[in-house]
Amino acid sequence: MSELLVSVENLHIRFRTYAGQVHAVNGVNLDIRRGEVFGLVGETGCGKTVTGLSLLRLVPHPGEIVAGRITFDGQDILSLSEQEMRDIRGARIAMIFQDPAASLNPVFSVGEQIEMVIRQHQAVTRRVARQRTLEMLETVGLPDPPQIARTYPHELSGGMQQRVMIALALASNASLLIADEPTTALDVTIQAQILTLLTQLKESRGLSILLVTHNMGVVAGTCDRVAVLYVGHVVERGRTRDIFKEMKHPYTQGLLAAIPKPGSHGKPLPAISGSVPSGLDVIPGCPFEPRCSYAMQVCRQSPPPLVCVGREHYVACHLFVKGGSK
Amino acid sequence: MISQSGSGNLLLEVRGLTKYFTQRRGLFSLRAQPVRAVDGVSLKVQRRETLGVVGESGCGKTTLGRCILRLIEPTSGEVLFEGINILTLGSTEMRRHWRNMQMVFQNPFSSLNPRLNVLRLVSEPLRTHTDLRADALSARVVELLERVGLKREHLFRYPHEFSGGQCQRIAVARALALNPKLLILDEPTSAVDVSVQAQILNLLQELQREFNLTYLFISHNLSVVQHISERIAVMYLGKVVELSKSETIFGGALHPYTEALLSSTPIPDPDVKKERIILEGGVPSPINPPPGCRFHPRCPRVMPLCSKAEPVLIDVGNGHLVACHRYEGPA
Amino acid sequence: MSIAERWLGDWARRQQAQLEEYGLMVRAFRRDRLGMLSLVVIAVFILGAIFAPHLTPYPEEGRGEPNLANRFLPPSREHPFGTDYLGRDVLARILFGGRSSLGIGFLVVIIAVVIGIPLGAVAGYSGGWLDEVIMRITDLWLSFPPLLLAIAIAAALGPSLTNAMIAIALTWWPWYTRLVRAQTVSLRERFFIEAARGMGVNRMTIIFRHILPNVVTPVLVQGTMDIGSAILTGAAMSFIGLGAQPPIPDWGTMISKGRIYIMGQPWYGTFPGLAIFLVTLAFNLMGDTVRDVADPRSRRVA
Repeated sequence: MSELLVSVENLHIRFRTYAGQVHAVNGVNLDIRRGEVFGLVGETGCGKTVTGLSLLRLVPHPGEIVAGRITFDGQDILSLSEQEMRDIRGARIAMIFQDPAASLNPVFSVGEQIEMVIRQHQAVTRRVARQRTLEMLETVGLPDPPQIARTYPHELSGGMQQRVMIALALASNASLLIADEPTTALDVTIQAQILTLLTQLKESRGLSILLVTHNMGVVAGTCDRVAVLYVGHVVERGRTRDIFKEMKHPYTQGLLAAIPKPGSHGKPLPAISGSVPSGLDVIPGCPFEPRCSYAMQVCRQSPPPLVCVGREHYVACHLFVKGGSK
Repeated sequence: MISQSGSGNLLLEVRGLTKYFTQRRGLFSLRAQPVRAVDGVSLKVQRRETLGVVGESGCGKTTLGRCILRLIEPTSGEVLFEGINILTLGSTEMRRHWRNMQMVFQNPFSSLNPRLNVLRLVSEPLRTHTDLRADALSARVVELLERVGLKREHLFRYPHEFSGGQCQRIAVARALALNPKLLILDEPTSAVDVSVQAQILNLLQELQREFNLTYLFISHNLSVVQHISERIAVMYLGKVVELSKSETIFGGALHPYTEALLSSTPIPDPDVKKERIILEGGVPSPINPPPGCRFHPRCPRVMPLCSKAEPVLIDVGNGHLVACHRYEGPA
Repeated sequence: MSIAERWLGDWARRQQAQLEEYGLMVRAFRRDRLGMLSLVVIAVFILGAIFAPHLTPYPEEGRGEPNLANRFLPPSREHPFGTDYLGRDVLARILFGGRSSLGIGFLVVIIAVVIGIPLGAVAGYSGGWLDEVIMRITDLWLSFPPLLLAIAIAAALGPSLTNAMIAIALTWWPWYTRLVRAQTVSLRERFFIEAARGMGVNRMTIIFRHILPNVVTPVLVQGTMDIGSAILTGAAMSFIGLGAQPPIPDWGTMISKGRIYIMGQPWYGTFPGLAIFLVTLAFNLMGDTVRDVADPRSRRVA
């Protein structure tokens, strides 16, 4: 069994809208190893959610994957049939979303929903499914699993609902969990609980997690490796520590500088000027060039190649192409 | 300390404000269980300062903001604006009084009527309270738009054509139209990205300096609140549990809840290995708050006294207020 | 820049913004084939009704003049839909009949909307006892089976086209009150309403400037579909004799009379029935399209 669980190569996703084609994802390359938490971070419109959905081939209409290769556990995801994909979704790759209440069916109890998922993918008896359900509920830290199994989703708080979602995801022994902004809608103290739970699951079960978020703090505390996305391009990728301590790309720097920190009181935050482009036009050069304070002539003309600047640390910026210095 | 209307540095004072929402349990229930959204809050806001109000969902901070603005009627207490208790004003006076204080809401799209264009949205307060019309009116609107970073070209566009950050700017322009003294900002940057948030926070700081505004900044995000506020009030289940200067909250918070909040806030620095104080359980509902100190079931430093008596806000020095039995000195 | 220049610039910007929105709406509409087809069908009927005297060589027969020499002629080149029991050209009767039938449909919905919207908005926004009173009256009205109630009212007022219209309208307004009230209640909690209150805007202005424009869309959708149903109800009333009285042509009365002759001269009853069917179907389909077009967000997806 190789260490590599997921490999995404040169992924391109387009959306056809009334105004033209939106290039949501442009040549994204990343890989996720077994037992690691990989963070996909960026602002609205950077393509992180769509990238996560593409692993399950759930890119919503009018989007479509127009190029690239996605490999999961040795299998080529894009060449599988719909039936084969169904066997993977929920069973080997699971996903949890930002609003747990919207993902849970309000007319079935929590226990019933987990049991349904178990029996969908595994041929087991009702009793075995019930047993597994209670085990899962306990694993995710819910008190009194038999009682919880009987409750309906709306009777639970947001944090508990999200734990139920995680239990659902674990119920079929998935090896990859895609978590799309799982804690954005939760209070800070509950968020801390859920993130701790995810870290525990990674360590105890060897679960791989693709954590999609816009919150750099969450990334710093929970992820092993990170990819920073901007308008569908990976601008920087590497181990969390390297990204935060030795960030190279001007966008990553700008993003971190714009976050209010203790001690920043009173001073204006160094905001990145301008705004995120719409993704409608094909950009010949670097997508960040219009807002970059280090922009050079070459940045407008050709796309920056991914350059290795340290162990497992890659940047897509002309400043680091051999010869360029910072 | 008696404040006289118009004089002194004290712009806003809230005394013992409570807001209970009554839920009717069935048609014939005699015992209506009230939701104690705000349960006895007192605070003071000086002119030109920014007071941050921070807390999680259910703590009552949003309701507090609305009560202060009198968008909903408080159950009891006083709201003194420049010495005058606005809760006693009649509806016509209250409508005129709203020129002095305005609110910027959380969801930028939802706070703008989707059927009105920017001109009509921003000019509404001017139409209601002044005689400005036609060219003078649009001139003033353009002036406001340019001040928040938008342009004349945007006058006839509709909210759905703008991004979240731009919508928030429109909302700010509208709030400033009548030159208010107090601006209550209810989670103004929660719905936007980090880089847009930075732009809006910078804008708010500039506007504050230029127009001598006083801000009440409500948010659940401690980092944002400490950045923009001089003083911070921490709320839990309808009560203020700690109130102090920003630096003190971050450097030396006393209340166990504030500590937990601080340690749970994700910091973008992987080296900061916080022992996260993970609180057990979820936030209890404001319908049946725990007896005694409301935080005691989840408090890592709970004492037997905590479940019996409610702590009051006391000054432990330098204007640092805490409501916790651990800091009550002898007697 | 002088005032005139600024004004001109603003006017240009305003036009451009509006044109863009209309352009998107037209595009959205055109993309919906079924909707376009329905629109065409409805347009044909409406134009047919308006220009009836010019579209048929038998305008007087259309209006009611008997032509006993031509009784019961089957469909032919001179009479594409045949003639009726009084020798009148059926096509002409249908064209003129469209005036009553379509007229009832539109007027009923307009009256119902005019009564229903203000009541619903005031009830929804005010809440409290006003809301209770209005809604209980609405509920009372709704507890009667609508068609029977309409028949009862029309019978009491006396059989005529106008009275039928009043009767049907009186049974339709409660639906709009309910619809508008529900919309208003959900709108009431939106931030922009709170913002308006915080600006000191008074209650009536809030209702007219903020609530009503946002309530228009569902009402428009419901109303479009309802026109079809109103036409159907109007035809039903005429069918039992409470609507248009002879010799005023009306599709319902034509079907009623045609019933008797269905075996020997089927064209008399069939074609008016077909007309009602097509028009009602067209309005229903249009309602769906209107709903898609009216939502500014769905317009922007390709």
